[in-house]
Amino acid sequence: MMAVYSEPRFLPAGDRALTVELANEISPEINTKIRALAMALDRLHLAGVVDVVPTYRSLLVYYDPVQLEVSELQNRILNLSHIEAAVLPPPRVLQIPTHYGGEHGPDMDFVVSHTGLSAQEVAAIHAGTDYLVYLMGFNTGFPYLGGMSAKIAVPRLETPRTVVPAGSVAIAQQQTGIYPVESPGGWRVIGRSPVRLFDPSREPPVAVEAGDYLRFVEIDEERYREIEEEVQSNSYRFVVTEKML
Amino acid sequence: MDAIEVIDGGFFTTVQDLGRYGYQRYGVPVSGAMDLFALRAANLLVGNPRSAAALEVTLTGPRLRFLTDAVIAVAGADMEPRLDDWPVPMWRPVAASEGAVLAFGATRGGLRAYLAVVGGIDVPVVLGSRSTFPRAGLGGFQGRPIRVGDVLATCGDPLARVEGRRFPTEQIPTYTHHHTIRVILGPQDDAFTAEGLSTFFSATYMVTPKSDRIGCRLDGPPVPHKGSPDIISDGVPFGAVQIAGDGFPMVLAADRGTTGGYAKLATVISADLPRLAQALPGDRVTFRAVSLDEAHRAVDEEEAVLDRLLRSSPIVFVRRRLEVRVDDAVYAVALGLHEQAAGEMTVETVERDVQAIGDGMAATMKVTIAEARDSHR
Repeated sequence: MMAVYSEPRFLPAGDRALTVELANEISPEINTKIRALAMALDRLHLAGVVDVVPTYRSLLVYYDPVQLEVSELQNRILNLSHIEAAVLPPPRVLQIPTHYGGEHGPDMDFVVSHTGLSAQEVAAIHAGTDYLVYLMGFNTGFPYLGGMSAKIAVPRLETPRTVVPAGSVAIAQQQTGIYPVESPGGWRVIGRSPVRLFDPSREPPVAVEAGDYLRFVEIDEERYREIEEEVQSNSYRFVVTEKML
Repeated sequence: MDAIEVIDGGFFTTVQDLGRYGYQRYGVPVSGAMDLFALRAANLLVGNPRSAAALEVTLTGPRLRFLTDAVIAVAGADMEPRLDDWPVPMWRPVAASEGAVLAFGATRGGLRAYLAVVGGIDVPVVLGSRSTFPRAGLGGFQGRPIRVGDVLATCGDPLARVEGRRFPTEQIPTYTHHHTIRVILGPQDDAFTAEGLSTFFSATYMVTPKSDRIGCRLDGPPVPHKGSPDIISDGVPFGAVQIAGDGFPMVLAADRGTTGGYAKLATVISADLPRLAQALPGDRVTFRAVSLDEAHRAVDEEEAVLDRLLRSSPIVFVRRRLEVRVDDAVYAVALGLHEQAAGEMTVETVERDVQAIGDGMAATMKVTIAEARDSHR
């Protein structure tokens, strides 16, 4: 049973942003409604809407109060709130070639000792699922993924690393993610992908978007080097398939 | 056009504009100036659009040499800017001649100064903005603060005439060490106990040295949550007062992540964000709740000040050229951009102008002009 509110809740987020909340839980259905509402709002091209940030179960709508009355914005959103998810494009599955363990996965040994599984089993479990990208956030294109197996759930690092290389594939509790750019981070790194997920010279600057699915595909070190070179020479193409629902 | 050579980058000087909107859904932070009022004012003072890119100078200013004649304005924190050895008045357009060196001293109030240059700083527009986001090496000058040896360009060609503006004197902000900051409750004020809310609004908090462009971190009485400090991550606006498990408030700022997972008690109203951006470590902050209507009236008042600035009588800068006769030969001397004086240029005004050019050159020029004056007699 989805706990979707009968009407969107408007929560003040200062004098230049409005939180539009549809529910207070994480589920693919609620997240789909959020993305549909974001797309519908984009399509209005309402003067004074500065940015729309969809997350798990709410939107943060940035507006310019000089151009747009907040009551007008709320009315427009109420008129859109029964929008059907059918407006969204069919979901895609993007393959993320990943080399597990070794120098690319410095925490694999910890995960092995914590779970009692072998490294091969951890990789197979991690790579065996299509993960929904609920949202992109935090810091330059970090995809928040849902649906990781509890079998490989591990606690975060006690002391976060100051530098996690771009492409690092990491897990923490029942979450998994991939660091699009080099950044600090406290998740356990089990592998790395040579693909480039964030490129500011592209429009949009990200290879994956909220609503896509990611599937990690295990590769060996040799294939890692090959793809790395293809990425360098801009000849790498992501393997993308349509999601069978 | 190469316009500015960096002799010393200062503590943390970055190119910023109004920010990078439209890409938060991809997790790209907004960035942009911390004090958006001072940035917009500085731009308008030199005749730029308010959205032009300028330099945000933090705590200890850079030293910059102008490679071309320019009109500049410094707004925000008063760090005693000097052009060569001449004090630069704040919140006013000023001519900077080719070769002149702009330096800053210690702050006499405020944390961040904004240097606008006519035309605006020209760095590549990345995802719709020139703002620097150093953590991802995005935008600005090579994605990082400026440093010695960098050469910054400005947009457009050298101008023969620049129309600057005046800032309404009585509206110039003064930066104290105790800030009363207005906030709007929410979006997650219901995550805190009644006692927590009352603590937040009665206590005095201190700005800690860990504050930066990501957020202003405060020390003081902790604000307890009813239960968990965690929420389902959602979008976080500039000014969000986020309170993590330790109970200490942090006001999220320009370089914040686009989303966050801690409950947000309130949001600082946008008209008060500039004062928080100017708060120094050790400054004291108290919070007062206001309505959304009051916050929007404060936005209108801020806009009214900028409108008055735009409607002020212009301060005109013109490119001057002096013909100097020595014996029977006539020499053309370019004097660069100078504030236009009423009436014709007299020998006295020329002398003053020449002295403003710079040490080595001024000495030579004075001799020439003395000769010119003699020849006219």
